Amino acid sequence: MSELTRLDAADIAAKVAAKEVSAVEVTQAHLDRIAAVDHAVHAFLHVDTDRALAAAKAVDDDVAAGRPAASPLAGVPLALKDVLTMQGAPTTCGSKVLEHWQPPYDATVTQRLRAAGVVILGKTNMDEFAMGSSTENSAFGPTRNPWDLDRIPGGSGGGSSAALAAFEAPLAIGTDTGGSIRQPGAVTGTVGVKPTYGTVSRFGLVAFSSSLDQAGPCARTVLDAALLHEVIAGHDPLDSTSIDAPVPPVVAAAREGATGDLKGVKVGVVTEFAGDGYEHGVAEAFAAAVEQLRALGAEIVEVSCPSFDLALPAYYLIAPSEASSNLARFDAMRYGLRVGDDGGHSAEEVMSLTRAAGFGAEVKRRIMLGTYALSAGYYDAYYGSAQKVRTLIMRDFDAAFAQVDVLVSPTTPTTAFKIGERTADPMAMYRADLCTIPSNLAGNAALSVPCGLADGLPVGMQIMSPALQDQRGYRVAAAYELARNAAQGGPLINRVPELEVAH
Amino acid sequence: MPSISRDEVAHLARLARLAVTEAELDLFAGQLDQIVAAVAQVGQVADQDIPPTSHSVPLTNVFRADVVRPGLTQQQATAAAPAVEDGRFRVPRILGEEA
Repeated sequence: MSELTRLDAADIAAKVAAKEVSAVEVTQAHLDRIAAVDHAVHAFLHVDTDRALAAAKAVDDDVAAGRPAASPLAGVPLALKDVLTMQGAPTTCGSKVLEHWQPPYDATVTQRLRAAGVVILGKTNMDEFAMGSSTENSAFGPTRNPWDLDRIPGGSGGGSSAALAAFEAPLAIGTDTGGSIRQPGAVTGTVGVKPTYGTVSRFGLVAFSSSLDQAGPCARTVLDAALLHEVIAGHDPLDSTSIDAPVPPVVAAAREGATGDLKGVKVGVVTEFAGDGYEHGVAEAFAAAVEQLRALGAEIVEVSCPSFDLALPAYYLIAPSEASSNLARFDAMRYGLRVGDDGGHSAEEVMSLTRAAGFGAEVKRRIMLGTYALSAGYYDAYYGSAQKVRTLIMRDFDAAFAQVDVLVSPTTPTTAFKIGERTADPMAMYRADLCTIPSNLAGNAALSVPCGLADGLPVGMQIMSPALQDQRGYRVAAAYELARNAAQGGPLINRVPELEVAH
Repeated sequence: MPSISRDEVAHLARLARLAVTEAELDLFAGQLDQIVAAVAQVGQVADQDIPPTSHSVPLTNVFRADVVRPGLTQQQATAAAPAVEDGRFRVPRILGEEA
């Protein structure tokens, strides 16, 4: 493997700016790595070779001409989740309904990446329309976890997390509706951040559950995630839910954290996220991480958030309800798949046949569940109650953050499970999101940082911060990352097994 | 809480414009029943006087300036359509045979 693919994003950008290496060389090294290992990992649905090299060349031209770098990540390659539109390439959302669909516009996130000189290598695999926790719901086949190819890389953003862990890209973009950035980060030993809802534009992000969806950065280090966060975040008039407020100072916070001092920081351990259902190795790694935070000077207290127990059921009413409405747009008329248009079927019949052929089982389940929850007679009992639970969860967060600066928990109750293990049992699959869902319902910031191994598989610690206080989590995560690296013999990601390389 | 019958799944599928096979009706009836039984826990707050939250960020009336800005051209808008005729979306007939 080329040493260039082992570098952090910040190092790559520095070397490119200093002319130690060209952006084209860096990009080619990652394209070569993809060609060598993606047959086994299947992180990518589309590799955008020519345009990636052209984007890298443009960065090199800037450097040669002495023009200032477009951003602190100019020349760094990135893997983009296939739920964000990018002109000139397919955006499939992992669905047959959108197979080969070429969007006529760039997502705001895509535009910002391009403007920052970030080199987009291609589009990553995902659970269909981001519905899932394992990437097994992709219509184009599962992605495999580089730590153990028989295991899932998390989901829905398993392509993005696996691309990082397989050293196919140093940066990736994910989207997190119930944990789809953080849980994949946890099970692949990478960093995944769900920013405060409304701080990263959803324009061009194909909607699953609009009140919960949020794009965010994925990386192998906390600082890299922070640098990417600042590239993609910020107010966007094209997204009416976008918050018009300054981007929280996450890079400065990551650098402050890296000084290794958490004195004066109050950390709350969530009482409800422990006990039955949490693997022993996960609980052990998390407890050790909390002790590490204490050793760094943080004050540790336990905080109860009783409504969090109802977060999972509330989520599986709210998200499917919004999805059933959002996915009505796939009607076979203006774009995407059309089935049965043979002159004999009406438009409604063509719609039904198309949706039956184009959607996978999990998407169909959630559309029907949402349709059920919003039906006359059930609305108050289900959707209405779920909205009340959402209020209670926000109140629990408010009360907790009145006492502590950040909350911590395991990111997900288990390590990466085996491919196929949960596909026949939707509720077992849904429980992977148990700890991540509250922050989607409340809209606050949350991230996952690697916190050790259990039986050779990565464990993640979740750090939750109040809305628009994303920097708090970065500071704690950066301090922890440094201490863990020192205590555990270097970055966790360096212990990922070597993948078999195709020649 | 009510259980979800096969007939009810068929009704939901019709409402959602999803053609389902007989085998899918059996599969989904069992799975949806299990999921609904689990999510029905939220019913424990149904009687409590709690304001509902539909969105974590309370925003209202987000407007933009009323000025023309570029949109998609006709060619761009129809480029990915499953069927196009004379530069327009071609759709199947909208009425059933009996109409």
